[in-house]
Amino acid sequence: MYYEEADKPAHARTSNLNEELGQVDTILSDKTGTLTCNSMEFIKCSIAGTAYGRGVTEVERAIYRKKGSPVVHEPNGLNHIEDSADVNPAIKGFNFKDERIMNGNWVNEPRADVIQKFFRLLAICHTAIPEVDEENGNISYEAESPDEAAFVIAARVLGFEFHNRTQTSISLHELDPVSGKRVNRLFKLLNVLEFDSSRKRMSVIVRDEEGKLLLLCKGADSVMFERLAKGGRDFEEDTREHMNEYADAGLRTLVLAYRELSENEYEVFNEKMTEAKNSVSADRETLIDEVAEMIERDLILLGATAVEDKLQNGVPDCIDKLAQAGIKLWVLTGDKMETAINIGYACSLLRQGMKQIIINIDTPEIQSLEKTGDKDAVIKASRKSVMEQIVSGKAQVSALSAISEAFALIIDGKSLAYALEDDMKNSFLELAIGCASVICCRSSPKQKALVTRLVKLGTGKTTLAIGDGANDVGMLQEADIGIGISGVEGMQAVMSSDVAIAQFRYLERLLLVHGHWCYRRISSMICYFFYKNIAFGFTIFLYEAYTSFSAQPAYNDWYLTLFNVFFSSLPVIAMGVFDQDVSARFCLQFPLLYQEGVQNVLFSWRRIVSWMFNGFYSAIIIFFFCSRALEQQAFNDEGKTASKDILGGTMYTCIVWVVNLQMALSISYFTLIQHIVIWGTIAFWYVFQLAYGALPASFSTDAYRVFVEALAPAPSYWFITLFVVIATLTPYFLYSAIQMRFFPMYHEMIQWIRHEGLSDDPLYCEMVRQRSIRPTTVGFTARRAASRRQ
Amino acid sequence: MDTDRERHRARETAFYLFTQQSLPACKPVLTPGWVIAIFLFMGVIFIPVGLISLRASHCVVEIVDRYDIDCVPEPSRMDKVSYIQDDSIPKNCSHFMKYINPSWIDAEVNSYSLQMYVKSRSDKQLLDGQKYHDTSSCQPVESNNNRPIVPCGLIAWSLFNDTFEFIREGAELKVNRKNIAWKSDRGHKFGKNVYPFNFQNGTLIGGGKLNPEIPLSDQEDLIVWMRTSALPSFRKLYGRIEEDLDVDDVVVVNLMNNYNTYSFGGKKKLVLSTSSWLGGKNDFLGHACVFVGCSSLTLAIIFMLLHVKYRRPYGDMSYLPWNRKSFSG
Repeated sequence: MYYEEADKPAHARTSNLNEELGQVDTILSDKTGTLTCNSMEFIKCSIAGTAYGRGVTEVERAIYRKKGSPVVHEPNGLNHIEDSADVNPAIKGFNFKDERIMNGNWVNEPRADVIQKFFRLLAICHTAIPEVDEENGNISYEAESPDEAAFVIAARVLGFEFHNRTQTSISLHELDPVSGKRVNRLFKLLNVLEFDSSRKRMSVIVRDEEGKLLLLCKGADSVMFERLAKGGRDFEEDTREHMNEYADAGLRTLVLAYRELSENEYEVFNEKMTEAKNSVSADRETLIDEVAEMIERDLILLGATAVEDKLQNGVPDCIDKLAQAGIKLWVLTGDKMETAINIGYACSLLRQGMKQIIINIDTPEIQSLEKTGDKDAVIKASRKSVMEQIVSGKAQVSALSAISEAFALIIDGKSLAYALEDDMKNSFLELAIGCASVICCRSSPKQKALVTRLVKLGTGKTTLAIGDGANDVGMLQEADIGIGISGVEGMQAVMSSDVAIAQFRYLERLLLVHGHWCYRRISSMICYFFYKNIAFGFTIFLYEAYTSFSAQPAYNDWYLTLFNVFFSSLPVIAMGVFDQDVSARFCLQFPLLYQEGVQNVLFSWRRIVSWMFNGFYSAIIIFFFCSRALEQQAFNDEGKTASKDILGGTMYTCIVWVVNLQMALSISYFTLIQHIVIWGTIAFWYVFQLAYGALPASFSTDAYRVFVEALAPAPSYWFITLFVVIATLTPYFLYSAIQMRFFPMYHEMIQWIRHEGLSDDPLYCEMVRQRSIRPTTVGFTARRAASRRQ
Repeated sequence: MDTDRERHRARETAFYLFTQQSLPACKPVLTPGWVIAIFLFMGVIFIPVGLISLRASHCVVEIVDRYDIDCVPEPSRMDKVSYIQDDSIPKNCSHFMKYINPSWIDAEVNSYSLQMYVKSRSDKQLLDGQKYHDTSSCQPVESNNNRPIVPCGLIAWSLFNDTFEFIREGAELKVNRKNIAWKSDRGHKFGKNVYPFNFQNGTLIGGGKLNPEIPLSDQEDLIVWMRTSALPSFRKLYGRIEEDLDVDDVVVVNLMNNYNTYSFGGKKKLVLSTSSWLGGKNDFLGHACVFVGCSSLTLAIIFMLLHVKYRRPYGDMSYLPWNRKSFSG
């Protein structure tokens, strides 16, 4: 989990949460900087109904890797998946590869005119400002949003270089298809109709060098397709199809369209626009919108772009594994809804065919209420609206979950504010739990923390929050485990986190491997502690009971004292540090193993009580067998009888053997260290007896020379030790043999798989793993399964 | 390349493997083969071993004779305590025992109340005598008339003092009363220059008296007695008969029934026994061993049958705890 590029190792900042890492039920994740690296890349486009771009998105890469098949539509027999090394594009924000239109080849394409318009639109219709590097003439762009920059860069690379902007004009260097030379083109900028979230589109009106008036428009498909002119829908079907593909590959799409304006039309528009802009009433915005609405219609479709909001390396893979492990992932982001949904697609949290329940309060009624300024009414109406949406969502979920339909809940910040109110939050939580993925967008840091608390308290399960920025701090602190991404956004998140990692993808290993191991180690360790102290203590108790509660301990004082210090401590520490039920590879190969932690099967009451029971019966067997075997008759062939120190010594020897061998029986991972501590501890007991017995009698009291003189020379001592130890361990051995053979737990199945060498048999592994993939989960494996079902 | 190789080498070192938790490990899995083999092995080992120890136990001849009631004359049996505490009555008593080849004698005392008892001794005083003053552990038998008692404490105070004489066909059998205590006790726990002092001089007489002329390290009866037993019912070695006894020899035991077990309802028995390499007569280990061996064999056979008859269900998830109940959550 060491991120070489930034030299950032994983760093555990608290030491007492290890086992909780193995029990995480819900992950609440920030988006920007956590799932994504906050950079956009122009990767594909669809022009005139033809799809261009052979770049492979992270999601597609993950899907292909999963399938084990090479990228299918790779040209020229280049049948390899690009490794992450050449994923990093030479030009930031540009990852487009298609020899058909790059390097000026587009002029040879059948619809070159459309392609020209398409890229010209990209080069003109934006609000970016170019910055020319004085030294080498390179141009970089300052844009409002990274995707806008990506468009301008794409246009530049493809031969439409936007190089200067003035108040009234935009100049491009452009390839002239006829002469084949680069020429300078100047466009007079007449109007900019800016982007906002309700319009979901942006337009510019320019006059080109030939004096033609052009309206260039780009926007979301939901608003753009309805604005196309009757004659402008030539490639609508193909484009829609491509856009669905793009969305499914996790890309952000925009539709590009244009329109030629007549002078008259423009005059009318310009007048109205100026009027609207000059108005000083409260509904100025509305007026402007209305005017823009009028002009942005009868558009002619050019095509669509697809921009990848670059996910961090390995994020879809990681999310898929986590989903397979049964962990739920909620995305809490401050971004707007569209972005969040796109990212949801990108990391397979959402997929086509998933039923989306969208809760927002941007309904016309509320908006009109807002305009009246009656705040109470707005609040009341919003609350009512949110409540209704939650209730109807719940109804849908309960109606359709029977046929294993997957749901996604998307809620925006404003609605969230109402949904988190006391009277509503429980039904909100119920709805959210019923959904496979939950995305909260436009949420404030406080809301993030509140949602985290709601999940934590509402479900009672372990929650994990992961984030990288200062706005995630509340969430990190509220969650059971806070994971900070030590990225570029400063140290606030890391400072308030429990574990700091450099990349989101390390979460997979952190949870599935280390979390699982830690959970397993700690639960086994605690159970074993119960066991060994009960086994030891109960022999003393039984001895007391058989000596009329005389308060006389069965063992020498030093034996009593040192039991937990020397004779049973090191093996259990070694287990707590090194034990692995299955290796890291198998933890990752069978993510369902993680459910052992979430369901807490290794530390259930049944398991604790059975370990305690194991302790009790071990003690009973040891005490009764030893005391019956050494009852009254002579202990050795000289006729000397067994005194208290001899019985105590024998019993103690049996206890030391039993607890250590029990440890050897219950672990299935022996490194050299395990061997050393287990056998060393047993050997040390004999060494200790020799050494302690050799001390002066005033110090060693009734242990004085007992081992040398009485125990060691007597065959019955060794014989009793051997017999009692094996008899004590047999029931446990029988139990675990039966369990392993007939009722194996998941990790034991994986041990079987490994043992029988079936791990290389993909069919069999798939069979074991398949069970973990439920159709209602998220991740691309589930997506693949869902698309296969359809 | 150099750095690559170096890194590679670094990954080979034990420390790297240790910190990355990827030390080479053996990962045993309880396969049916192993289970059957282990159970078979246990059966094969334990049945013969159990039989051997049973045989050893059967070779031991042990005759137990309870004498604490018989040795109280009929008229006194209603009030045995006053009988035993009355010094004026002679306590001798004769018993007939018919023995086959016994060679050593244990006296067995039953139902000792151990409360406050086992700790009431001072090991340091036993070694150092009156020089050692801190004998508070000996409470309540610490001192008498402001003079210390050696050996102090309840254990010593309650020293067993029945004595036995064995007569076969009119001739006394020699009983070796030496070397009945552990050598380390004689050598290092009981002082060579410590003599009994002020012992059993109080108003309450517990058990036997000691000869003040003989140092503690030679008072083997006391040493044997002071090595406390584990359980309330115990035996102590009295001595060894070093002559061979023949089958059907009748041994007359003349014993002094001095020791008071009547006040706490204890029993006294005289045990004549031979010994084997495993010690005295005890069938328990042998029986238990044979039992464990037999059950191991049975289990091995059951597992074998199951293994042959039913293949292990591969990857059957229906047993998984979270599949037993419908998955919720």
